Amino acid sequence: MSRILEVENLRVDIPLESGTLHAVRDISFHVDKGETLCIVGESGCGKSLTSLALMGLLPTKAIRTANRLTLGGRDLGTLNETQMADIRGSRMAMIFQEPMTSLNPAYTIGNQLAEAMLRHRKVNPNEARERAIYLLEKVGITAAASRLGQYPHQLSGGLRQRVMIAMALMCGPDLILADEPTTALDVTIQAQILHLLANLQKEFEMGLVLITHDLGIVARVAHRVAVMYAGQIVEEGTVEDIFRRPMHPYTQGLLRCIPIPGKTARGAHLGSIPGMVPSLIGDLKGCAFANRCPHAFSDCNTTDVALREASGGQRYRCLLSQEAAEQNAREAATA
Amino acid sequence: MLVYTGKRLVLALLVAFTISVLSFSLLFLAGDPAAAIAGETATDQEIERIRTMFGFDRPIWLQYLEWVGRAIQGDFGRSYYFGMPVTELILSRIPVTLTLAGSAMAFALILGIPMGVIAALYPNSIIDRVALTIAVCGQALPSFWFALMLIVLFGFMIPILPPSGSESWQHFIMPTVVLGYYATPSLMRLTRTGMLEVLSADYIRTARAKGLFPRTVLFKHALRNAVIPVVSVAAVEFGFMLGGSIVIETVFALHGTGYLAWESIRRADFPTVQALILVFSLFYVVLTFVSDLLNAWLDPRIRVA
Repeated sequence: MSRILEVENLRVDIPLESGTLHAVRDISFHVDKGETLCIVGESGCGKSLTSLALMGLLPTKAIRTANRLTLGGRDLGTLNETQMADIRGSRMAMIFQEPMTSLNPAYTIGNQLAEAMLRHRKVNPNEARERAIYLLEKVGITAAASRLGQYPHQLSGGLRQRVMIAMALMCGPDLILADEPTTALDVTIQAQILHLLANLQKEFEMGLVLITHDLGIVARVAHRVAVMYAGQIVEEGTVEDIFRRPMHPYTQGLLRCIPIPGKTARGAHLGSIPGMVPSLIGDLKGCAFANRCPHAFSDCNTTDVALREASGGQRYRCLLSQEAAEQNAREAATA
Repeated sequence: MLVYTGKRLVLALLVAFTISVLSFSLLFLAGDPAAAIAGETATDQEIERIRTMFGFDRPIWLQYLEWVGRAIQGDFGRSYYFGMPVTELILSRIPVTLTLAGSAMAFALILGIPMGVIAALYPNSIIDRVALTIAVCGQALPSFWFALMLIVLFGFMIPILPPSGSESWQHFIMPTVVLGYYATPSLMRLTRTGMLEVLSADYIRTARAKGLFPRTVLFKHALRNAVIPVVSVAAVEFGFMLGGSIVIETVFALHGTGYLAWESIRRADFPTVQALILVFSLFYVVLTFVSDLLNAWLDPRIRVA
């Protein structure tokens, strides 16, 4: 399998008056061709900033550093803004959370679909138009040709997100970053859009980074999962491993929050993780999850925790041994 | 778009009708027109004679219909003072006002919009501060004073521009600057506010995510949405300029419609005042109509309304 995206020690720091906010702290991951990586975590854990950092679309005051940041072997870290713009929308495209506001109200769908291709590829407006029609049909929009002349306000949220997906595909990118693409949509539409994304990803053999806080989505579409907490990846592995044998206490806690039909008793308490995410301003010592962890001991607050590898390649950021972690996972599953 | 245009047109015609009633009734609100024409020393008989001569003794609605009927054909009667047809009088003054208003509006737009854009691109920078200072000065300077200062400076101390009159295009430079500068601040501040709001919009991020050139993002995606409120305000400002700036036209001795309005009010020249009020108001009606259409062209969401 060929690597499309490789990220090593990506950091995003945002200087604030009260100190530096370490929003993304040394995260490393990779995405292969035709692979879906889900980045999971709660609001504010740095998952959206991670995607913006990859695209080079961070707010101007945010500082991005990385030991390695390559797309298809090309180093993104050394590119200037113009070179980065050549890659955005061409080799790497992004789908955003808010389909209602992500399209420009003043221009037709056709215009906004075509412009990325006209910018990056040597095509004439007619060819771009043909491609737009082809992709609108691909994303399941009927009467595609007549839609081109419509404006965003004439389309529903689900349709707009389909348009956004088609827009991301215009130049046939190697990698798609989707930042909670279904959060703003009705539940029934969510499933359709997810299936669509998964199918298109398979068909065009793209890499897909899907950012979400919805573990139901992860279970359905992910190949691999990275769980983020407080700006770090706390666990990473194949979707089977993560769901069957979550090693990190945070992942175990997350999974306990999902009711399972037929298994979770009616009226039983749904799981929740007590406590609050620590502030990421200034230096953070020890494990970020220690204050909420049911298994924490004194070393957790003082020792910086590295990712350790369990058998099977699953990685987790915890001081507990593999045996102890597996024991906790079994107890969590039966609790 | 056609339905929208039709609705706007009907609305504009209704407003025009209301204005015609108002400007006609002004004649009677200002007191007895016959007495005003006859003058202070006239006897009752003379006033009565004038009343029948001008037809003021007939029912008001009949007088109105006659007046409107003639006005539609371009006949506003004769000026009491100049003795010439009012239409001819106004038409002779309009080119001066049109030239002044057109160039002042162009000046204000050419200065205001780019400064607003730059100020929004670098908020709180030195450029933004300079633009803000220019705006505050523009709003604070009384235009008659600014006009006089320009005349002193460029008319006499460094005599490169003619200080008064309307014979050549050089005569219009100083009035244009004064009148245009007065309208610049609001256009600039509106552009800045609009740009700041639009630049943080999600669709700007989408445009950048497509890898579009910064100039495409700025001019195609941002500016078009940002100038929508500017268009409406510019139309009102332009209407104000077309109404003729009495101060500017007086200071620079430009014989435009504003100056004519001032003269006619002083002389109680009713047919001229009536006609001018109607003409000025119709300028506004037409401009509002045009700016509505312009906004609908800029923002497709308006077209359905």
